[in-house]
Amino acid sequence: MREVAVIAVAQTPSVRRERTRNEVEMLMPVLAEALRRSGLRREEIGFTVSGSCDYLAGQPFSFVSALDAVGAWPPITESHVEMDGAFALYEAWIKLQTGEVDSALVYAFGKSSMGDLPEVLGYQLDPYVLAPLGVDAVSLAALQARAWLEATGRSERDLARVAVRSRRDALENPNAQLKGTFELEKLLAEPYLVAPLRKHDCPPISDGAAAVVLAGDEVARRVCRRPAWIRGIDQRIEPHAPGVRDLARSPSSELAGRNAGARHGRIDVAELHAPFTHQEWILREALGLGEEVTVNPSGGALAANPMMVAGLLRIGEAAQRVMDGRARRALAHATAGPCLQQNLVCVLEA
Amino acid sequence: MGRPCAVIGVGQTKHDAKRIDVSMPGLLREAALRALEDAGLGFGDVDAVVIGKAPDMFEGVVMPEIYLADALGAAGKPMLRVHTAGSVGGSTAVVAAQLVQSGVFERVLTVAFEKQSESNAMWALTLKIPFQQSVVAGAGGYFAPLIRAYMRRSGAPEDTGIRVALKDRLNALKNPYAHLHFPGISFEQVASSPMLWDPIRFLETCPSSDGACALVLASEDAARGAPGPAAWVHATAMKSEPTMFAGRDQVNPRAGRDCARELYRKAGIGDPRRELDAAEVYVPFSWFEPMWLENLGFAPEGSGWKLVYDGATSLEGDIPWNASGGVLSSNPIGASGMLRFAEAALQVRGRAGEHQVPGARKALGHAYGGGSQFFAMWIVGAEKP
Repeated sequence: MREVAVIAVAQTPSVRRERTRNEVEMLMPVLAEALRRSGLRREEIGFTVSGSCDYLAGQPFSFVSALDAVGAWPPITESHVEMDGAFALYEAWIKLQTGEVDSALVYAFGKSSMGDLPEVLGYQLDPYVLAPLGVDAVSLAALQARAWLEATGRSERDLARVAVRSRRDALENPNAQLKGTFELEKLLAEPYLVAPLRKHDCPPISDGAAAVVLAGDEVARRVCRRPAWIRGIDQRIEPHAPGVRDLARSPSSELAGRNAGARHGRIDVAELHAPFTHQEWILREALGLGEEVTVNPSGGALAANPMMVAGLLRIGEAAQRVMDGRARRALAHATAGPCLQQNLVCVLEA
Repeated sequence: MGRPCAVIGVGQTKHDAKRIDVSMPGLLREAALRALEDAGLGFGDVDAVVIGKAPDMFEGVVMPEIYLADALGAAGKPMLRVHTAGSVGGSTAVVAAQLVQSGVFERVLTVAFEKQSESNAMWALTLKIPFQQSVVAGAGGYFAPLIRAYMRRSGAPEDTGIRVALKDRLNALKNPYAHLHFPGISFEQVASSPMLWDPIRFLETCPSSDGACALVLASEDAARGAPGPAAWVHATAMKSEPTMFAGRDQVNPRAGRDCARELYRKAGIGDPRRELDAAEVYVPFSWFEPMWLENLGFAPEGSGWKLVYDGATSLEGDIPWNASGGVLSSNPIGASGMLRFAEAALQVRGRAGEHQVPGARKALGHAYGGGSQFFAMWIVGAEKP
């Protein structure tokens, strides 16, 4: 495998509602900042790839106008996935492995405030047998939380602990949206949103954008003082129907983690794309992350959850810690679909 | 370009206006199972799955690949979903090929589809306020002025488009999978069909189809075990440019020219008209054949229409374009680009049946999308590059 590294990361602060800027306007400063930090000029980027979802804006081809933010002239080699930006990064990593290009710009954007997000995510389900039941994203997550609580004998207190820690850690993250010091007992006294989940167990609804620059061995060494080398990256999907899955476990994360080499050495920090509190526990177990691993120091998706961006942000946050010298070996995870249906794991090293 | 990659399986559905006999997964499986059978493989042999389609709003399912994973045997595997507007079928094949070329995977299944009967594609393609001024209806409304500009620039005879449409509709009669079959179609019939978006007549327009296309791509090792001949990927290229800016040439867009130039350089092609044996090019409105003949370097600027007039692009001509009947005869949008790539592969494998170009050894697959701004292309050949 060719050595490929993250050499720059940039993001907007996540906000509940970006009132004045459209997607292109949100992206432009982020792309400019990512390129500035990479030390590469726009013309030097060999491949550009993005992740977004038409349904968030409610119009087809929302990624087409986003291309205006890139400045694709003269024409560029470019692709797009209707997936979280983490999967766009996976495509870029593949492209770098072919040897055709030496660098890639990956970006993602999501403005969930333009619609009713739980309803929009409901349209993601099997349209013939699952969607007509009217189940939304939070209800499905609640089914999974119940399955996990019953399988492990853990309590709702364990869920709330994740929420308290994530939002406390987010105080240190200027880009986080939902942060603060919350008392465990007070949270547990709150009513259920969808049992066994309370509001604190769920992610905020966010608008945001992010960009990551990747480079192959030579370029990375030339332009970056301390690149975050991708030692392994893999992604796997599970069946869609919740009834045929063991929702208390995440076998696809386990497999992707094993293939990415997650267990081949001590992990200093892990950024897990766990929009719901119980999912952090499921992922910790699937990836073999013990108590000694710092999980989601950014606050994670519980503190900022821009759709299509939150997975790429996990890679960005983990890579940033490696580049800063705050971590030597980091793990990043991204998810897609209901109840952690598809999972990507990326291991980064100094 | 990494290690060699071969197409060892090709499958497509019967394309039709409404495939009410199958669900969305059923449509995909029809194409996927045919491709796997062609490759002598089952779902269990596949290492990764790449799905492509145009806007999710055509079927009303957000990121449908999430639920289509089951039907394509993707559980436990990597899965990607590509969306690059109309070029997506081509881009999806390029991404799938790269999974093999990267050295990461041995056998990749890629499927592109559209089930347009679930919605109204024309209005789904009509961008609305507040995103932009709604000045046109559907893709035809967008492209008609570009065709007018081409006619003015090149001085092409008014009936050039009719000739292209007639050729592709006659070719489609030899392709059992094609959506539109008009037995006995004539020049007069095309010429007298209603004007939809002047100068585009009804029979010069692509249909709205339900359909899917699938390919099995393999490394050299994995291709060795294939029961049929392989189509080797000689080169791939993708290029994009913004939709609008002052001075942009939308008739002969630079992204298309650059993409073709890069493709030919990688494949070692100097003169595409002479060195290629067949081309499957994304022509959704008949006039795009002469326009792309120029954009892709098959003819000097301003004279693409002469190749049409000379019959050079007919099945009996020196460089047959769209022997399958092309997008004019079948247009499940998300799959239309992959169908071009697949038909190019069929030609060099000698598996194109009645619409086979005799002795084809090298062929071009082409797709474009958006406002003539996204391009994806590949060249496949009977010999390993």
